[in-house]
Amino acid sequence: MKKLISAIIGLLLVCGLLALGAQHLQTSAGSTGKKVLNLYTWGDYIDPSLLTKFQKQTGYHVNVETFDSNEAMFTKIKQGGTSYDLTVPSDYMIEKMKAAKLLLPLDKKRLTGMQNYDPRFMNLAFDKHNRYSVPYFWGTLGIVYNDKYVKPGSIKHWNDLWTKKYRNNIMLIDSARDVMGMALASMNQSMNTTDPATLLAARNKLNRLAPNVKAVVADEIKMYMIQNEAAVAVDWSGEASEMLAGNSHLHYVVPSEGSNLWFDNLVIPKTAKHFKAIYAFLNFMSEPKNAAQNAEYIGYATPNLKAKALLPKAVRNDRQFYPDNNTIRHLQIYQDLSPAKVGLYNDRYLEFKMHH
Amino acid sequence: MQQKQRLTRSTAYFIPYTLWIVLFVIAPVLLLIYQSFFNIDGQFTFANYQTYFASSTYLMMTVNSVWYAFLITLATLLISYPTAYLLNETKHPQLWLLLIIMPTWINLLLKAYAFIGIFSQAGIANQFLSFIGIGPKQLLFTNFSFIFVAAYIQIPFMVLPIYNSISELKPSYVNASRDLGATNWQTFSRVIFPLTLPGVKAGIQAVFIPSLSLFMLTRLIGGNKVITLGTAIEEHFLTTMNWGMGSTIGVVLIIAMVIIMWLTSGRQPRKGLTK
Repeated sequence: MKKLISAIIGLLLVCGLLALGAQHLQTSAGSTGKKVLNLYTWGDYIDPSLLTKFQKQTGYHVNVETFDSNEAMFTKIKQGGTSYDLTVPSDYMIEKMKAAKLLLPLDKKRLTGMQNYDPRFMNLAFDKHNRYSVPYFWGTLGIVYNDKYVKPGSIKHWNDLWTKKYRNNIMLIDSARDVMGMALASMNQSMNTTDPATLLAARNKLNRLAPNVKAVVADEIKMYMIQNEAAVAVDWSGEASEMLAGNSHLHYVVPSEGSNLWFDNLVIPKTAKHFKAIYAFLNFMSEPKNAAQNAEYIGYATPNLKAKALLPKAVRNDRQFYPDNNTIRHLQIYQDLSPAKVGLYNDRYLEFKMHH
Repeated sequence: MQQKQRLTRSTAYFIPYTLWIVLFVIAPVLLLIYQSFFNIDGQFTFANYQTYFASSTYLMMTVNSVWYAFLITLATLLISYPTAYLLNETKHPQLWLLLIIMPTWINLLLKAYAFIGIFSQAGIANQFLSFIGIGPKQLLFTNFSFIFVAAYIQIPFMVLPIYNSISELKPSYVNASRDLGATNWQTFSRVIFPLTLPGVKAGIQAVFIPSLSLFMLTRLIGGNKVITLGTAIEEHFLTTMNWGMGSTIGVVLIIAMVIIMWLTSGRQPRKGLTK
């Protein structure tokens, strides 16, 4: 009996401690003080000196927490217990969060500087009339090549990757949607197709690319390309800009027949609490000078037209990262597919990875 | 009276241990099994298991995982047994043991990145190959490099139990065997090896089980040319968010591990298990 009682007391004690710990964790995940803004963003995705400038100007201290995938961010916000005021999901994830009722609409009256943004990047299908989101950065999916091994200009289209001379010399980014999307674009199919037969055909086409594929890797791709490990890589423009900065032999091409166009936009999740700070921050980031500084630091393409005008000429006229209108017209934005369809993409992709 | 007190005290000592086991071992496993019976829409179903056993992709992946784990364990064993044996003969075995254990103090990712540097096109390994006239070879993203790095990481966990069982071996047995006219090989295969088998089994358990679900190395060193079940689990939890399917694969892995434990923990030494 005594044993039982002491065991129960011990259990209760531990439960109590755990509850206390949980409460402590919840309050510390995003401070809830008055003069703060809790920003939940991708790693190294804002110029830190802008945060100090923002605090000097407005008095709001910005707490930055980072995530490494849209899905991880979604899960964390959905589970609650956090107090994030702003986050930066990509296009399809905005759709998904909207459907899950995790977003608060923007109060347009409190926003200044919305007219600075490129109308081409506003009012898009994933967020009609920008009810929920302010553009932050945009980019593409494309091909990086090393001019030591590849004649400049010889790679213009996705199908060029299938030629025999790149045998065991191509690196792919480890992402089901992007690798499958590349195969779909090369077949002139929609990158949002959910037709099982088309996806199967895309996988078969990828299997034919397998002899050329040296590796399917993630962030390391940057390091490998800078070290001349492979001739060609398929990656996002943001990653490409970092590679190009590290090795002058590298070039980036967006195939003109079509590729992915992606956006990372600022949104207000349901967990937000500090609305004055939120609007101060959104307006601060819309200011051309600040947006330009941020774009120069991160190296991604800014959707802020007035900010783009402030960038050095070599940057804003760079067709690699600001492709011409004809190419942009052919780019496709990923739609949020149902979990079953995402599963379909992943199953085919896994089969390709098994094959190669 | 005093005895009773001591008894309650010793049960009190067990509380943290029991709680730990319940909270961090039993509960997660039960949760995993529970999750594996739900499909992506949250409905109760056995479909995940049907999908798993009907899909050639998953079955191939299972075969792959077991095969690579076997190769890694074999490579580790072939290096570790002689090492542990020689270690026992040295003057300062504790010092050597410390040196062998030292790499485990370094984070796995750092070690993987170090190997990327060594095996890359312009890395030290290729510089050496060029120097001796063979010329640079593709080392990264090959099965060889994957098994090499995995074995490197696992060796300390194999050396330790084998070393312990060898050092516990009484030299009188070896002497007796020699006195009775056994050759070196007979002494080893009939006396030393059977007596150190428990250490070998413990080492195999310590290496094979984690090797089954390696996934970081498959990408970093193997360039996703080696696909194991760990890769699929990662994808189901992080990308497709199909936790049910991910859990199903997890359960299959746990079952595979239980089988390994059962095979390697037989009381009587069975022949042919440690080939």
